[in-house]
Formats: sequence, structure tokens, C-alpha cells
Amino acid sequence: MALTTKGNLGPGRTEQSAFDAVHSAKRKDLWFAAGGLFVLAIAMSLLFTLIGDLIIRGTQYIDYDFMTSYPSRLPERAGILSAWVGSLLVMLVTAFLAVPVGIAAGLYLEEYARKGWFSDFIEINVSNLAGVPSIIYGLLALGMFVYGMGLGQTILVAGMTLALLILPIVIVSTREAVRSIPQIVKEGAYGIGADQWQVMWNYIIPAARPGIMTGAIVGLSRAIGETAPLITIGALTFIAFLPSPPVTGEFPFISFAWLHDGFTVLPIQMFNWVSRPQPEFHIAAAATGVVLIALTFSLNGIAIWIRYRLRKQHRN
Amino acid sequence: MDTDMKVERTAHRRIVPESDMPPPIKPSPEHETLRARLEDFSFYYSNGFQAIKHVDMPILDRKVTAIIGPSGCGKSTLLRSINRMHDLYPGNRYEGRIILEPEGENLIGKGADPVIVRLRVGMVFQKPNPFPKSIYENVAAGLRVRGVKDRHVIDEAVETALRRAAVWDETKDKLKGSASDLSGGQQQRLCIARALAPNPEILLLDEPTSALDPIATAKIEDLIQELSDSVTIVIVTHNMQQAARISHRTAFMYIGELIEFGDTNQIFTNPRHPRTESYITGRYG
Ligand SMILES: Nc1ncnc2c1ncn2[C@@H]1O[C@H](COP(=O)(O)OP(=O)(O)O)[C@@H](O)[C@H]1O
Ligand SMILES: [Mg+2]
Repeated sequence: MALTTKGNLGPGRTEQSAFDAVHSAKRKDLWFAAGGLFVLAIAMSLLFTLIGDLIIRGTQYIDYDFMTSYPSRLPERAGILSAWVGSLLVMLVTAFLAVPVGIAAGLYLEEYARKGWFSDFIEINVSNLAGVPSIIYGLLALGMFVYGMGLGQTILVAGMTLALLILPIVIVSTREAVRSIPQIVKEGAYGIGADQWQVMWNYIIPAARPGIMTGAIVGLSRAIGETAPLITIGALTFIAFLPSPPVTGEFPFISFAWLHDGFTVLPIQMFNWVSRPQPEFHIAAAATGVVLIALTFSLNGIAIWIRYRLRKQHRN
Repeated sequence: MDTDMKVERTAHRRIVPESDMPPPIKPSPEHETLRARLEDFSFYYSNGFQAIKHVDMPILDRKVTAIIGPSGCGKSTLLRSINRMHDLYPGNRYEGRIILEPEGENLIGKGADPVIVRLRVGMVFQKPNPFPKSIYENVAAGLRVRGVKDRHVIDEAVETALRRAAVWDETKDKLKGSASDLSGGQQQRLCIARALAPNPEILLLDEPTSALDPIATAKIEDLIQELSDSVTIVIVTHNMQQAARISHRTAFMYIGELIEFGDTNQIFTNPRHPRTESYITGRYG
């Protein structure tokens, strides 16, 4: 018995108007998808041209000497040792301050604070703070930390400044992570007789951990590229020494003197070299940019990995 | 309707004396003791909506009490009041008394700590909600919350609870495995085990089988009947056959009011209130 088959379905017994509506909706889908793809292609190719140019020009400049030398007046001897060590230490301080405070604030606002006009007010302000231009934070820090508290132009102050800058990001992402936990999970936890503290530690934080960590790392990867606020508080642009080492030979073997040292960071080093007339310095700047981008990407990579790992773990 | 309601209420009041003093527990001819009672209980949601209106109802010790009624009549609201679940959301308000016997303590009285209430009254939800942890840790969770640290004590309680919840055979070889790998019916029995592990005085079940297939449902119904020898159960169900099969007492609710309460047989064979009758005969629901 031969069956004839046809791929296109006719309207059958449905109304012709319904049939037409589906067809026209499909046409719109197609146009929308094509338009989206086009815009995406332009944006991506622009991005890749920029980064590609930077990488091609910068990468061959990066070698062991470049990473282990101080900046110099002579381009061929200039390196980024003080800059990447500075970036690393400033990030350390930033993370140490912003992550615990931001997570605690987010958890408090979401779980403990009484919901009312006051918590709404705080919520709006925290979200607004996330959008304040970073140089304003620099000014604030200059007035408060450098002059007001007399802390000087140090690694500690830089870390505090960037911590303030990313605090809203950490708070908002913590709140969002907590808010996305299904109510039924919380009710289950309260249902077994857990009190608020136990529910928070044993159920909410584990479930929200991927989101919280991602927020923290996204915040840090924003901080690592910040230049303006650090220039505002007076980061040095030329540093030919390292901060005091955190580990010492004598008791108690750990030192925090580095907190009070002057510093420079990668983006400032880059900025400094770009503004030099010699073209060799421009290439050094590109190389510094490559290091900076690599750092940012790996931070984001870690964030994605954590999210993936924890999600999987959580599901199982 | 109002006159009928009054008849019903006075009928309960005979079981529940008017005085504030906890009454001595008098075993009835069938050796029924009171485990808890609701007295003039009302509940208001934070938007001011009164979801429960002046309910008087006894909860008998080691019996299954079923709450039935059309969707939206306040069954879940009533059930969730008994372990103070509504306290998780600001603005909700209880009125009246929910007395736990034999101590005569008012669960919703001034100073009654909702966390302590939930330590004493366990709950199983409509949708299975195991924690994203191992099977073992799910059942142990209630004990850990209560500060139990001794491994042997926990091991034993986990096994006992899983056996009581009739899910031991299916899980004993994978206690360290993830709870989310179980089927829906197994997950729900795991949730029952989780609630049973700390030996609650009352176990509340809110439509525990509505998300399950008929076979899993039958298993849970059997389980509830067995458990009623050892624990007081209050179950909300929209399935009248289920209520008729597994409960000793049935409460019929309608728009926030308790219309009729009585022996399950009596409710289903000889309802006193016309509204109960039309509901169980399927005229609305
Ligand atoms: N959070 C809430 N706020 C206000 N009204 C609610 C809330 N939850 C439920 N209600 C209302 O309370 C009534 C009883 O709801 P519920 O107890 O869930 O009914 P049932 O479990 O019998 O289906 C319904 O009218 C419902 O709309
Ligand atoms: Mg319900």
C-alpha cells in the first residue's frame, strides 16, 4: 500500500486566520533572529579586532624579564614586577574586606532585616551605588581615608577604596542568589524545626553559594581593572621597589607592613606607558594589557567553573 | 446554615470544655485521647484576608484527622497554622487558641516560640522537597538541628525513620546517594521519614500524594495508616476517597469555616450538614 506523504501541513480544519497568524509569527522570528545575529557579529568582530590587535602586539613582548623587572626609563629594560605584585596585594585587601562584608550585608538585608520602607530605601541605594562612577569613590576615599583618617596613599587605602566600589556588586548578587532559592526549600528547612541561624548556615548559604561566589568574583574582576579611583587617591606611577614582604625571618614571621607601602597597579602602569612618546613603551603597555586581560579572563573563568561545579554538586 | 453551624460547634464544645484550664484527659469509650484542639481559631493573612473563621476542632491522639473541602477553602492555611509556618512571612495573624495536650500549652499564645512549635510538630509538603543532600543527611537533618551529634544515635534514628516511612528497603544501599535521584514517591516517603526522625508529637501532611502517581499514592496511604498507631496525623486532601480510606476523623471546611467535623464513617455515610453532603456527593468541588 503506497502512502503519499507531504512535509508541509495545510491548515486542515483550523481557521485560515489562525494558520496565517502562525505563519506571520514565524516570519518575525526569522527576521529577529537574523537581525540579532548580525548585530552580534559586528560587536564580536570589533571586540576581537581590538583584543586581537592588543594580543598580537603585546604577547611577543611578554617574557620572564618583563614580568620580573621594575619599570625603567629605558623601554627595553622596563617590566611590570611592581605593577602585578601591587595589583595582587590590592586585590587581596579588596577581597578580604568586600567579600565577607558584602555577603553578610546581603544575607542580613534579605533574611533578617524587617521588610519595610527602610529596607526598600537601602535596597534602592545599594543598587544606585553600583552605578556610581568609580572616580567618585576615589574622591570619597581621598577625603576619608587618605586625609581624614590619615592612612596615606597605601595599599591598604587602595584595597579599601576598591572594596567600597565593589561592595554593592557583592551585596546585590548575594541578595539575588538568596532570593532565587525556592520558598519550598526554606519551608522544608524551617519545617524540621531549624531556627533562622541554622536555616541560613545549613540551607540558604549552601544553596546560594554559586551565585554569591560568582558575584564576588565578578566584583573582583571589575576592581582589578579600575584605574581612576586609584589615581585619584594618589597611586604612584613609577615604582622601583616591592612592598615589604608579608613573610619575615623573625617572630612572628608574618608582617603586615606591606599594607602601608606605596604601590602601583597594572592599569596605572599601562596608562603611564601609553602616555609616553616612545613607541616601545606603547608596546609595553599593550603587553601589560594582555596580562591584565588574562587576569580578568581567568577570574571570570574561575567564576564560571565554580558556578558549574557547585550547581552540579548541588543538584546531585 | 448558621443554625446548623451552631449545632456543629456546640457539638464540639462538648468534647472541648469552655474553661481555659486544660481539662483532664478523659478517655472516651473507644480510648480516644485528645492530642490537640483548636479553639475559636481564626487566621488572617497579611493583606487582611481572614482565611480561617472561628474554628473549633479536636485532634485525637494517634488517629488520622483528614481535612477536606473545595480548593481555596483554607485547608492548607489551617494545617500550616499548627506548626506556625505562617510566621515565616510578616504580617500574618493568628487568633484564638491551638492547645497542645496533655500539657495544655497554647501553640499560638504570647511567647510561644514558632521554632519550638516546629520541633514538636512535623510537616510534609504537597510537593516532595528533599534537601539537596544525601538520603542519610536528609533524614538526619532534624536531629542535627536539635543538636544530636552522636553518630550511633543518628544512624539508628535514620534507619528507624526510613523503616517507619516504608522507604528503608529502597534506600538502605544508597544512603550516601543523593536524595534527588529517588523517584517522586520515594522522595515523598523520604520527606515523611525526615519529619518522623525527631519523633514529632503531631505529623502534618498537606496533600502529600497530589503530585504522585496512583501506585506511589497507595504506598503512602498504607504508610499513613500504619503510622497512625504511633503518631498523631493531620492530613489535608482534596481526594475524598483518600480521606474516607485512611482517616478516623474528617473535618469538612468551606470558605474558611469548619462546616462539619465527625467520625469519618459518619461524615461520608451520613453527613449532617447539607453542604457536606453536596460536597461528598460531588455536586461541587
Ligand atoms: N499568602 C496569602 N495571602 C493572602 N491570601 C492567601 C494567601 N495564601 C492563600 N490565601 C487565600 O486563603 C484562602 C485559603 O487558601 P488555602 O489554605 O491555600 O486553600 P486550600 O489549601 O484549601 O486550597 C484562599 O482564598 C487563598 O486565596
Ligand atoms: Mg492547599
